[in-house]
Amino acid sequence: MTGSLSLTSAEARFAAGAKAPVAPSGSTQSNRLDTGGLIDRAAPLNFTFDGKAMTGFAGDTLASALVANGVRLVGRSFKYHRPRGILTAGSEEPNALVELRSGARREPNTKATTAELYQGLEALSQNRWPSLRYDVMSVNQLLSPIFVAGFYYKTFMWPAKFWEMIYEPAIRRAAGLGRSSGLADPDHYDKAWAHCDVLVVGSGPTGVSAALAAGRAGARVILAEEDSRAGGRLLSDGGEIGGMSSREWLANALAELSSLSNVRVMTRTAVFGVYDGGTYGALERVNDHVATPPEHEVRQRLWRIVAKRCVVAAGAIERPIVFSGNDRPGVMMASAVRTYIERFAALPGKRVALFTNNSDGWRTVEAALRAGVEISAVIDSRPGIPEELRAMAEVSGFRVFNGVVHDVRGGASGISRISVAQAKGTTVEIAADTLAMSGGWNPSVGLASHHRGRPTWRDDIAAFVPGECPPGMVVAGAANGDFSLGACLRAGHAAGIAAAAESGRTQKAGSPAAASDEALSITPLWHVEGKHKAFVDFQHDVTASDIALAQREGFESVEHLKRYTTLGMATDQGRNSNVTGLAIMAEVSGRTIPQTGTTIYRPPQVPVAIGALAGHHRDENFHSTRLTPSHRWAAERGATFVDTGLWKRAQWYPLPGEKDWLTSVDREVLTVRNGVGFCDVSTLGKIDVMGPDAGAFLDRVYINAFSSLGVGKARYGLMLREDGIVMDDGTTSRLAEDHYFLTTTTAKAGPVMQYLEYCRQVLWPELDVQLTSCTDQWAQFSIAGPKTRDLLREIVEPSEDLSNEGFPFMAVREVKLRGGVVARLFRISFSGEMAFEISVPARFGDALARNLMIAGKQFGVIPYGTEALGVMRIEKGHVAGPELNGTTTAGDLGLGKMASKKKDFVGRVLAAREGLVDPNRQVVVGLKPVDKARRLRSGAHTIPKGARPSPETDQGYVTSVCHSPMLGQWIGLGLVERGRERYGEIVRAHDPLRGEDYDVEICNPVFYDPEGGRQRG
Amino acid sequence: MRIACPFCGERENGEFTYLGDAKPQRPAMVALEVAGGAAGEAEAFYDYVYLRDNVAGEMDEYWYHGGGCRSWLRLTRNTATHEITSVEAAPGTGASSSPASTAGTIS
Ligand SMILES: [Zn+2]
Repeated sequence: MTGSLSLTSAEARFAAGAKAPVAPSGSTQSNRLDTGGLIDRAAPLNFTFDGKAMTGFAGDTLASALVANGVRLVGRSFKYHRPRGILTAGSEEPNALVELRSGARREPNTKATTAELYQGLEALSQNRWPSLRYDVMSVNQLLSPIFVAGFYYKTFMWPAKFWEMIYEPAIRRAAGLGRSSGLADPDHYDKAWAHCDVLVVGSGPTGVSAALAAGRAGARVILAEEDSRAGGRLLSDGGEIGGMSSREWLANALAELSSLSNVRVMTRTAVFGVYDGGTYGALERVNDHVATPPEHEVRQRLWRIVAKRCVVAAGAIERPIVFSGNDRPGVMMASAVRTYIERFAALPGKRVALFTNNSDGWRTVEAALRAGVEISAVIDSRPGIPEELRAMAEVSGFRVFNGVVHDVRGGASGISRISVAQAKGTTVEIAADTLAMSGGWNPSVGLASHHRGRPTWRDDIAAFVPGECPPGMVVAGAANGDFSLGACLRAGHAAGIAAAAESGRTQKAGSPAAASDEALSITPLWHVEGKHKAFVDFQHDVTASDIALAQREGFESVEHLKRYTTLGMATDQGRNSNVTGLAIMAEVSGRTIPQTGTTIYRPPQVPVAIGALAGHHRDENFHSTRLTPSHRWAAERGATFVDTGLWKRAQWYPLPGEKDWLTSVDREVLTVRNGVGFCDVSTLGKIDVMGPDAGAFLDRVYINAFSSLGVGKARYGLMLREDGIVMDDGTTSRLAEDHYFLTTTTAKAGPVMQYLEYCRQVLWPELDVQLTSCTDQWAQFSIAGPKTRDLLREIVEPSEDLSNEGFPFMAVREVKLRGGVVARLFRISFSGEMAFEISVPARFGDALARNLMIAGKQFGVIPYGTEALGVMRIEKGHVAGPELNGTTTAGDLGLGKMASKKKDFVGRVLAAREGLVDPNRQVVVGLKPVDKARRLRSGAHTIPKGARPSPETDQGYVTSVCHSPMLGQWIGLGLVERGRERYGEIVRAHDPLRGEDYDVEICNPVFYDPEGGRQRG
Repeated sequence: MRIACPFCGERENGEFTYLGDAKPQRPAMVALEVAGGAAGEAEAFYDYVYLRDNVAGEMDEYWYHGGGCRSWLRLTRNTATHEITSVEAAPGTGASSSPASTAGTIS
């Protein structure tokens, strides 16, 4: 921004370097210089804008290519549909938002200023209908009185239905900002971690200087730059560093950085957020600059960078001046004008005027002169315009006015004249096709303020600088209000050395490069009174008069101002507009700018696509998937799988010819109850509880006793939460004096493990007990049905005694399988049939399933899935997840008698509370429709016969249902008030969701074999 | 946020599970032979289970390193700034050495 602005240099460059733009033959690039710029003229690229074919060069952004093609109108504004042109050359762009790409890759609201040009790029302007030039909705401008600040709140208050049916759809059609493709994103996104000593944000003179110093000192450095090219303003501003051109110095510095193995330069990487503990979020646009990512490459990558120290060298953003018509195509930020000229060799116009309140704006004049552009005038609002600038104007032959621009004229394709009100009172009309404006510079304080540090105001630069930074962060250079090139280089160097030293790296770092120290001279000017709309927030169409109106209506606090006018709430997050908006609020409310204050800055600093935040976690990879040991075998058999938490479990195994799932499930149940079947139950949580105090430990966490359990025995156990509600249940076996094998439900495997560790570590470390999760280590199958023993005898060594005497109900022991594998066998039954559970090391699970099929063929063995498992447990009245639902007590489940009276246990005290032992509580019962042909549905509520359904008459609900092939009808379990006293009573099952109401009978929940003879036989 | 597990080193907070306030202490387990419980234990457990301070500032709290060593840790963390000033393993810190009541009905 500084550097030599002396008469002689400007004169010399003007004299020597002027080259009028010449469009190459066959090129559409009417505004392209034939030399200069960081573009590759040997690599022309074709693209289309609103269907029109154009050309650009490698190195262009879409915006610079549009400038080179003489395009001035690029979009329509949000509320008023005013014609808009490109305003900036960076990621703060509010106007030039396009729909990029087509089909499923169409991406709305893409900033043309950051979209790199590629061969075949397709872009559409937004927010216009039927075309950009003839936009029907620009009639909104005529209706603008209703679109003033707070219009959403004022206009659409009544009646509520009108909002949904008329206003909102109409507003959305009229004011949409681009269209989503509505199709699944075909690209991949990645997430990654990086760790470093020093993260440098921004690669302008400050950032490069900081990275060099820290890198030389030996620190592990990451230099993140959002642009495709490192250099920041060194790419646009000219100037000299250390006796060479700043571009040459930059090239040398980048070469040195790439030679340092401890330094990583990440371009196209925007740091968007500062999180706790030195964690930074960054978005790398890996393949946004090509039409489609190469195969197996990602489109974008979300980085979490953990840095001991961070140097924010994010620069500053030039701010507009608010005057009538400041949004017309052709009005552009002064820094953007020179960026397009210097970096892209593209001319925003052929007769350029400058409106500035500071010395830095004049650098644009210098760049324009060097490119041979006519300067029509400079309007400088500062009272004293330095003599050397006036002299330069004289030599170069343009006029300088002390005054302000108070209006501009021109149509949709750009301005033609500007009206200048001179300080001395007269008005002058100037012909110009481009007006460069500079209202001063706002240091980029966003990242520094992400931990709620409030920026502080500096009068000398008329801008906010960062206040208290997050721990480990320093801000240097223009981002800290030091605008001169020399100061930036020094500040970056010092910050780099300090950050490295704080990370323990102290090798010699040399001294900073030297450059000019010319300070910014600025006299604040925010707003020029005028007759027409003067815009503060271009993207949301917030004008100076909207701010004044908000103030009059009492929305004076900046947070209210923001929400009432929507100032700063668009995708640019107010990077162009916030400071100006609050300066105007300060003006109209008679306060100072620091008194008015700033809004809170929150991540993300730049927009981040949801796809990038999701990374690979979408579709089938949304979460990880756990497969049972027999999964592959089950899939080969054509099993239907169901998601149970992370697990995929076989739900049923359809046979050819079976017409629906119910046929398959009924068959599986009947086969088990009459023959034999097996089911993979490996998903149950399994925990080894070991140590001399294992029994004492289990006594404390289960309501029933386990220290008294004999070795070689299993017992059903119930755990309560400390508040007396049931937490989980399962069968736990004693394998040795000091070794229990605990099982949990599938859903609670993780939480129970965590809870037991809490008990062991935090509550009772005096107990000598260890816990090991072994869910994944064991493949476990339930084998059930009257022919279970016949089948098992085929796979265990003949010496194993499986008789009822040799292996009674609830016994447990190791058995040797034929072939030598040692298995654990548990005589437990969930189905109510004669059953065993057998477990083998997980790697043998697949083979076990296959061998059970072979060995059991003679007995008609089948595999059964979770549906049949569920049917059989409901037929037996066993509770499961729907009954253990976080509201039920042991008593509600009919398990109250299990609670030991001889020992203390978790939940004992609060389980005794009045409300938890109330005889009116809803308890588990069986339910069956009186009409045996009717299907029972879970979720239906039970209402007494004759009562009107209401919350007052509601007495419970159906929790689990199934079709019972044994009973030949639908049955279910439910929770019903005083249910155990009401067996035989008919109540209504009321189901307003499905519009059903039918009679059901309350009954004993054990529908099948209530004496339990089958499982003990 | 990053937590320096005393066993695993500094790890990101996704590896940890938050439990909450580490101040409440569970009344000790009691023997039940005599009266089936201790006088006043319902009140003591009500306090233990339900009453929590809502601190804006430094707070002692439990975190579980489930994505690492499975240790329960006791952190001192500023709830307003997320600054963590202490991390230690938490053996026994959640249990009171005395039962719910000191009425003496229970041995
Ligand atoms: Zn750990």
